Amino acid sequence: MTDLGYLFHGFAVALTPFNLGLMLLGIILGVIIGVLPGLGAANGIAILLPLTFTMPPTSAIIMLSCIYWGALFGGAIASILFNIPGEPWSVATTFEGYPLAQQGRAGEALTTSFTSSFVGAFVAVVMITFLAPLIARFALQFGPPEYFSVYLLTFCSFVGMGKGSPAKILASMMIGFALSAVGIDIVTGGLRLTFGFTSLLKGFDFLIAVIGLFGIGEILLSMEEGLSFKGSTARINPKIVFETWRKLPRYWLTFIRSTIIGCWMGITPGGATPASFMSYGAAKKFSKDGDKFGTGVVEGLVAPETAAHAAGTSALLPMITLGIPGSPTAAVLLGGLLIWGLQPGPLLFQEKPDFVWGLIASMYLGNVAGLIVVLSLVPLFASILLIPFSIIAPVIVVICAIGAFTVNNSMHDIWFMIGFGVVGYAFKKLSYPLAPMVLALVLGNNAEDSFRQAMLMSGGSLSILWSNWLVGSISTLSVVMLFWPLISQGIRMLIPSKRDKLASEQPVD
Amino acid sequence: MDEDVKDGEHRSLISVRAAEIVVAIVVLLFGSTFMVSSYKLGFRWGIEGPQSGFFPFYVSLIIVVSSLFILVGAMRMRGPKGRASFVERGQMVQVLKVLIPAAIYVLGIQLIGIYVSSIIYIVGFMRWVGRYPWWKSALIGVAIVVTFFFMFEVWFQVPLYKGRWDLTSWTGY
Repeated sequence: MTDLGYLFHGFAVALTPFNLGLMLLGIILGVIIGVLPGLGAANGIAILLPLTFTMPPTSAIIMLSCIYWGALFGGAIASILFNIPGEPWSVATTFEGYPLAQQGRAGEALTTSFTSSFVGAFVAVVMITFLAPLIARFALQFGPPEYFSVYLLTFCSFVGMGKGSPAKILASMMIGFALSAVGIDIVTGGLRLTFGFTSLLKGFDFLIAVIGLFGIGEILLSMEEGLSFKGSTARINPKIVFETWRKLPRYWLTFIRSTIIGCWMGITPGGATPASFMSYGAAKKFSKDGDKFGTGVVEGLVAPETAAHAAGTSALLPMITLGIPGSPTAAVLLGGLLIWGLQPGPLLFQEKPDFVWGLIASMYLGNVAGLIVVLSLVPLFASILLIPFSIIAPVIVVICAIGAFTVNNSMHDIWFMIGFGVVGYAFKKLSYPLAPMVLALVLGNNAEDSFRQAMLMSGGSLSILWSNWLVGSISTLSVVMLFWPLISQGIRMLIPSKRDKLASEQPVD
Repeated sequence: MDEDVKDGEHRSLISVRAAEIVVAIVVLLFGSTFMVSSYKLGFRWGIEGPQSGFFPFYVSLIIVVSSLFILVGAMRMRGPKGRASFVERGQMVQVLKVLIPAAIYVLGIQLIGIYVSSIIYIVGFMRWVGRYPWWKSALIGVAIVVTFFFMFEVWFQVPLYKGRWDLTSWTGY
């Protein structure tokens, strides 16, 4: 099989000392980013992206994706030891992790969560290895209508699968599209929607939006809660690790179920956060100890961690094969690809096999490296949380400002960042989801482009979205997704059922 | 939090209902501004296919419609859910403690560059919010910013904004 040959070639690319060094650096930075509230994977990568402009793209993506793996691992440390989810996807980890830590079983909880994360991510990478080339080959036949229908499906899925008010999801998403339209119209080359401001000529960069919405917005939220870190200490020694590993295989069913949930939610733009909640809910429902959940059940820790990592990793599958990111972080990585001059999508597999397979190989290596790093350096990372917030907060604001400036070397962007920060704060508190806005801002131009091309092909008729079985089925699925809130309400009226209690606890990503 | 505490730190400043209404109106205004602008650009079918304003027009139309939905929903919000506090007095003070210095900091970047204003910002924040002694704040602030300076200007060779009046020109970068 040639794909496996490519994979080994990818390992050769990733295993150079330079790339291995970047991998470790990425993991360590990622864990720090994951541990700190206010710095997340999406805005952390957005901030560091400009530093990679001069690197070879393959090395750059290896480092940035390792930051992502690191952040996925790091989120668990703050959740378990301090009951503070460092990342939204680790909220469900606090449910069982923190009680375990309070019982003095922090080492066991950390080992369990890191191992589960590793398993989830590993299965997802294997899936990517085998599915990605197939999807890419299949997607080569895609024309503008097919692409637009896939974009449509991505965005309609937010409405269909998102929790909360569909009107808010739509509003947030369309604000993203509207902002992406500002500046130069890529089809006609004319200026539009700048309202006479020269600072808007270049439009809104989504990296600025990510830094502001997730970085500054999160700082404002953390400050409001008046965070004070009080937590348990972490001690991990090889004995605890091996004892925990011996116990874990008995949760094989939870592993499998959570991985499937995670992979599914990652490929469709559900994302890691809903995946972790869904998986926790499923584990609670199916477990023998379901009623004990919340008091420190290991199984309840395995479920969300496995699913979150499986989802976080599989979010990269649609990104590299179709150019459609499954999560805000994947969106930032996609933005990076565009900046490095690579066109994500099926052609990438043919034109830049080094890049694609180097990235996939680095996913294997990065996760192994990540597991070793976090298991051995937990006390160090946990001590970061002992730094008082009144030092961390201004430093994060400074880092965000530097990051916002370096994207385009533009002073205006720092002001936009503050503006997006206020929007992020208000939207998050009123549960407008931020992920659809970011994805719309990233994909806006491409989506509009494919839409206009498709419309040109058909002479302005929407019937082109149903012109063959492929595009027709994707479009139909999109419409079902879009109206799913209404459809499900209809079903609920016909068949009354118990409402899922966990659904109301889910935060928006 | 005790429900009966109505004054001081825990007094609700803005209710969820009010916040929902304000945000929905802001979104509505945003959508209408874009809609008018794309209408002027031309949102119909031109000689070469859809005009510039075609896509943004429908996008802003959806913004307007969904914000109206949110607005109506918020206005009809009754009972404890609507009266619940969006932000309490004490919380607002905390948020402004970050937001106002951050805005001043960005103004500082514009005028005297990122490095000098970062030192002032970190030291000031530690002093004022964290109540650290002067020497400690100054030491940490300077150390962090000097690290950044070396990281960006020297190692990565990414020059950062030096402001209208460059106070760091003596470094040669």
